Amino acid sequence: MTAYFVKRLIIAALTLVLASMVVFAVMEILPGDPARLMLGLNASADQVEQLRNQMGLNAPLVLRYLHWAGGLLSLDFGRSYTYSVPVIDLVRERIAVSLPLALIALALSTIIAIPVGVFSASRQGRAGDTLAMGAAQLGVAVPNFWFALMLIYLFAVWLHLVPAGGFPGWSAGIWTALKSLLLPAVALALPQAAILARVARSALIEVLNEDYIRTARAKGLPYRAVLWRHALRNAMIPVLTILGLQFAFLLAGTIIIENVFYLPGLGRLIFQAITQRDLIVVESIVMLLVAAVILINLIVDFSYAVVDPRLRGRQ
Amino acid sequence: MSLLEIENLSLAIGGTPILKGVDLAIAPGEVVGLVGESGSGKSMTALTIMRLLPYLARAEGRVAFDGIDILGATEDQMCALRGDDIGMVFQEPMTALNPVKTIGEQVAEGIRWHTRANRAEAEDRARKILDRVGLPEAKFPLSRYPHELSGGQRQRVVIAIACALKPKLLIADEPTTALDVVLQAQILDLLRDLVRENRMGLLLISHDLAVVTEMADRLTILSHGEVTEAGDTARTLSEQQHPYTRELALASMHVPARPKPHLAGSAKPLLEVEGVGRDYPGRRISLFRPAQPISAVDDVSLTIEPAQSVALVGRSGCGKSTLARMILALDKPTTGTIRFRGEAITGKPESALRPARRDMQVVFQDPYGSFDPRQKVEKLVAEPLHLLERQPAKAERREMVAHALHEVGLGPRDMDKYPHEFSGGQRQRLSIARAIITRPKLVVADEPVSALDVSIRAQILDLFAELNQKLGIAYLFITHDLTVARAFADEVLVMHEGKIVERGRAAEVLDHPRSEPAQALVSAMPDLHRAIARRLQEQG
Repeated sequence: MTAYFVKRLIIAALTLVLASMVVFAVMEILPGDPARLMLGLNASADQVEQLRNQMGLNAPLVLRYLHWAGGLLSLDFGRSYTYSVPVIDLVRERIAVSLPLALIALALSTIIAIPVGVFSASRQGRAGDTLAMGAAQLGVAVPNFWFALMLIYLFAVWLHLVPAGGFPGWSAGIWTALKSLLLPAVALALPQAAILARVARSALIEVLNEDYIRTARAKGLPYRAVLWRHALRNAMIPVLTILGLQFAFLLAGTIIIENVFYLPGLGRLIFQAITQRDLIVVESIVMLLVAAVILINLIVDFSYAVVDPRLRGRQ
Repeated sequence: MSLLEIENLSLAIGGTPILKGVDLAIAPGEVVGLVGESGSGKSMTALTIMRLLPYLARAEGRVAFDGIDILGATEDQMCALRGDDIGMVFQEPMTALNPVKTIGEQVAEGIRWHTRANRAEAEDRARKILDRVGLPEAKFPLSRYPHELSGGQRQRVVIAIACALKPKLLIADEPTTALDVVLQAQILDLLRDLVRENRMGLLLISHDLAVVTEMADRLTILSHGEVTEAGDTARTLSEQQHPYTRELALASMHVPARPKPHLAGSAKPLLEVEGVGRDYPGRRISLFRPAQPISAVDDVSLTIEPAQSVALVGRSGCGKSTLARMILALDKPTTGTIRFRGEAITGKPESALRPARRDMQVVFQDPYGSFDPRQKVEKLVAEPLHLLERQPAKAERREMVAHALHEVGLGPRDMDKYPHEFSGGQRQRLSIARAIITRPKLVVADEPVSALDVSIRAQILDLFAELNQKLGIAYLFITHDLTVARAFADEVLVMHEGKIVERGRAAEVLDHPRSEPAQALVSAMPDLHRAIARRLQEQG
């Protein structure tokens, strides 16, 4: 077990270092001089050179990388060129929106998908299964912003249950803040749930044909008990894999939904930073996301071992 | 009164009839054998008693267990019976246990479900039954997972699950088919003892007449869903009134006629294996100490003459398949050399192995798994032709495939079919056709008949013998089944824990084994003649 953990940890750390090198290199190659960008078009070459020295842009490549990477480790991401505030402050604000949003969406997606998957698998080929999978097909096909618009129309415009958009901030009270995240979370969760339900169904159907399911039935357990106690856990590995991928997507790939709901999330920040050539912000967010994805994969790897004892090796 | 009574049972799955008017009865403490070839409906009979039939199955007739009408019972009633009054053991121990639950959980689960016992009590009882089936606490704590156990040990766990609540009836569906003969004998002994201890009825399903004869008081023979003969085991088999019974008995003792082929002149050996060993990296116990390698094959030497047929026998896990893989140059030996037709094949690059690969082909155990289901027979059988020096043109290739198919008893029209259109025996013919299409000098056959029914197996053995004679092919048969070795081999090598422990002429080794592993194999081998004689003697 420990060997498995240590191995995964080392691999994760190495991946992170490698990724940071790639991100740094790409930013070096990209055209555009940050010093010139900050000073504007009218600045003289001298001024630019002075600022470059000041920002350490003229130092050797390796030194600059080490400086940057060291800063990352102490959560010092540098200052945004356009806003002239520490990047960490910008990011912290946005994560306070994006992370809870992603978590709620992920939880919703799991809560919807697993029972639907179990339901469908246990009625394979019958009316209930066809109906559920038809709905899932629809969920995969319909874009989430359309769901978002429908949800706004129904729950905000018509029923007045939740605000139609915007984020009041956590200082406005947890409940108020959560309420404004609810609709976007549902809009994000529905297509994800549709995908996850299909994965759960096919994984379960495969497992239900295994010999040990028959053994469990021969013990006298009712079908339902066999399904939940024996089949589900064995079907978890593909489900966990998809969950990991979905979480990574939900953290930063939500720009459309953020725009529909006027949410100040990470997606919008990275979009603005790109359009404004605020490279240091882009670089920082990309690194953060890389770290998040690696962390998620690590968690997924560990949960594999929790689910399946064969991956742990002998104690 | 009978414990189980099946009267006029008919079963259809989606309109296809599977069972037709089957009658069967089992009294408490009685062992009844249900014999038949694959597809005869044995397993479906068992699943009907358990009411674990596929979704589309429709059963008619009467099945009464202990006064309960099984076919009319509700699902709740059936859940109460299954695992409590009726236990079931399945064929494939490697996949019969849930890989993510400990053996303790899996044995205790049924106990808790049926008796409403709390966890501690259930685990206590699970412990007792595991001890009883030969898995003592010291080596097999409840916290073991199935993947940490061997096939025979897993089958013991399955038996523990089935017998935990002392059922009145145990159904064992080919419980030993996937095990080697020594394990088979142990498991059969265990079942026999459990029957005696608990006065349990046992329905033993098997395709192996010898096994059933050793175990069963009465037997029922099924063919194509119908009972062809039923009655006292010894009498049924000694009298063999029904032609099908006679056919089965003959097929299971079949020895192919094999007049000595004239050896191809020179005494130069075809294959020489010298001091070959193969180590695998062992499991690391500590981060700081290197792992001890595990030796799968240890200092093995053997020679095969042209047209000679050699059987390599041994229990599962003894290293026979690893040795075969090295001979086929699919794996590299750690030590030693292998020479084929005088040329070393060890340590050569792949490109230099082509002639050897052409002259050395293989037939695997599983005729279902060794073909790509999406390719036609023509392409599958022609596969080894790429090893030829000169690539045949399309028409010529078809000609060669047709010829190979003809040699194994199939027609040229079979060329355009897909593997799923063939039966198990026909598929094994296909893999033999694929093996002989390059006119090899040596065919390595890894358990080539152990997945086949007795009558098919007799045919395939005949085919091997015929090809040996006609084409002068030498064979290396890898098997745990001594009847195959006896039927076919000139020389027998007995392998045990990576070493060859005994070798000699087949009849000599099998009739007078000297080493302990060989003796264990021979004494565990079920033998139809011996079993019938013993039964008759017991009955006076």
